[in-house]
Amino acid sequence: MPRILVEQLTKYYGDKLVLDGIDLSISAHEVVALIGASGSGKSTLLRCINRLVDFDAGRILLDGIPIDDESFGANGLYRRIGIVFQSFNLFPHLSVLQNITLAPRKVHGVPRREANEAARALLAMFGMADCVAQYPEQLSGGQQQRVAIIRSLATNPDVLLLDEVTGALDPELIGEVLKIIRDLKDKGMTMVIVTHEMGFARDVSDRVCFLEGGRILEESPPRELFSRPRHPRTQKFLERIIAAGRL
Amino acid sequence: MNRGASSPDDDSTARRAGSGEPVRQKPPARRVERNWTPTLISIFSVVVVFGAAAWFIGRAEQWPRIRRQFFNWDAMVASFPKVLDGFWLNLKVWGICIVAIGVWALVLTLFRVLKGPWLAPLRVFAIVYVDFFRGMPALLLIVLFGFGIPALRLPGLPSSALFWGIVAITLSYAAYATEVYRSGIDAVHDGQRAAAKSLGLTQLQAMRYAILPQAFRNVLPALLNLAIALQKDVAILSILGIRDAVREAEIYKSQTFNYSSYMVAAILFLVTTIPLARLVDYLTRRDRRRRLQGGMI
Ligand SMILES: Nc1ncnc2c1ncn2[C@@H]1O[C@H](COP(=O)(O)OP(=O)(O)OP(=O)(O)O)[C@@H](O)[C@H]1O
Ligand SMILES: [Mg+2]
Repeated sequence: MPRILVEQLTKYYGDKLVLDGIDLSISAHEVVALIGASGSGKSTLLRCINRLVDFDAGRILLDGIPIDDESFGANGLYRRIGIVFQSFNLFPHLSVLQNITLAPRKVHGVPRREANEAARALLAMFGMADCVAQYPEQLSGGQQQRVAIIRSLATNPDVLLLDEVTGALDPELIGEVLKIIRDLKDKGMTMVIVTHEMGFARDVSDRVCFLEGGRILEESPPRELFSRPRHPRTQKFLERIIAAGRL
Repeated sequence: MNRGASSPDDDSTARRAGSGEPVRQKPPARRVERNWTPTLISIFSVVVVFGAAAWFIGRAEQWPRIRRQFFNWDAMVASFPKVLDGFWLNLKVWGICIVAIGVWALVLTLFRVLKGPWLAPLRVFAIVYVDFFRGMPALLLIVLFGFGIPALRLPGLPSSALFWGIVAITLSYAAYATEVYRSGIDAVHDGQRAAAKSLGLTQLQAMRYAILPQAFRNVLPALLNLAIALQKDVAILSILGIRDAVREAEIYKSQTFNYSSYMVAAILFLVTTIPLARLVDYLTRRDRRRRLQGGMI
């Protein structure tokens, strides 16, 4: 059974069709990259998967259970599926430790001591033990994004959604964030990654999906998709990417 | 392993150099000697202009009379204890109103911003409330509540004019405070809401732990300005016969026909509001600095 199964997912913003019958199946421990031009619906797809936005038709299953099933309760789904955004979205008035422990403590009722210990362990695992007491504005963009990733891991999710997590970073800070994602892949995390870093998508993903106009036009292993794209739109997109020097 | 091949604006690196980056070479020390000329010119021009104004006023024919009537030292000293007593009441009422307004406005704000079809009645209530009480002169509400309700002698309700005056002020100011809170909430970036939701926080939890602390920081200067305005409007309660600073000053005046007691009250008000105004300036400056440093995206 796939970990995540998306069937005929359709979503409108007002009159605008943003997702047009998406079918996507993701097994446990698989890493899927979503690529496509701006406005093709990548972020919207991620946001549907963890119910940040509602969709209009189709269904999404997590381990065979619809994500709006009552068995998830009010916040059970958010514990199983984490998301990280391009703009970090750390809470600026909370320290790194407080950012990470907020959900475990307030949503899932983990006692403070336990939550703090778990957070410190996570920070240490990713080489960020020094940042525990700092506030987001004291950190570099790369550090902030790494904290945001750790924050999304604090509830032990089964699936991690990453929406252009390096998109707001200066080039020299991108590497440190990509490294964390590689580590997570090695640990067996199931991930859906929206990225403009084509080289990274090729290295880290098991499968690449090319989106356009709210549809998945092509879906294949990275080596295939990047070297022998079948769909003419994919070819066009990749040509532009190469022309822009991003592959 | 930097794969993010160069983007067109590579120089953004220099602009955003955050902490935590390798230490750059120290820039040369800032020039120490300071140019005092502008400061001296400022002081000089202020002294000249205000000095000249004082001189002209002091020479005016009417000045001794004005002085006797408004700035009579003996009258000021004599009226001071009573006026101070009254002012103490102003401060207490002010404090009570600040707390009541803060809480009630927060409730109204939550009514206004929480989403969900079942909460529509609360939303409508908050909108109508703000429209109504923002359009009402505070004076009218105070008279209506302070004189009107005690006159009804409703069983079970307090009949003190002071109590109903405080209620009137609270109802009126909460309308403004609600709008201030709401503007602070609107100014919090949408990503913060998305992050809170994706972590599983309920709407109320997101408000409490993520949105409101930031919103509050955004609008602290505006809230303090409101508190300054409130401090002055508390004095309107004197028309209900409550013996606040203005009322006490008036009583003294009616006994002696000397207005200096009013000046005592005026000075007491200024002594409390001016420091607050400076605090607002300071907070505003600090916020602007923080924004310029570009803490958050
Ligand atoms: N909240 C919204 N309200 C209305 N329209 C929206 C909203 N969010 C996205 N859209 C529209 O939906 C379409 C898909 O947006 P989406 O953000 O999913 O694209 P994307 O593939 O992530 O693009 P990008 O690479 O720029 O992030 C776009 O045309 C966008 O204008
Ligand atoms: Mg996007």
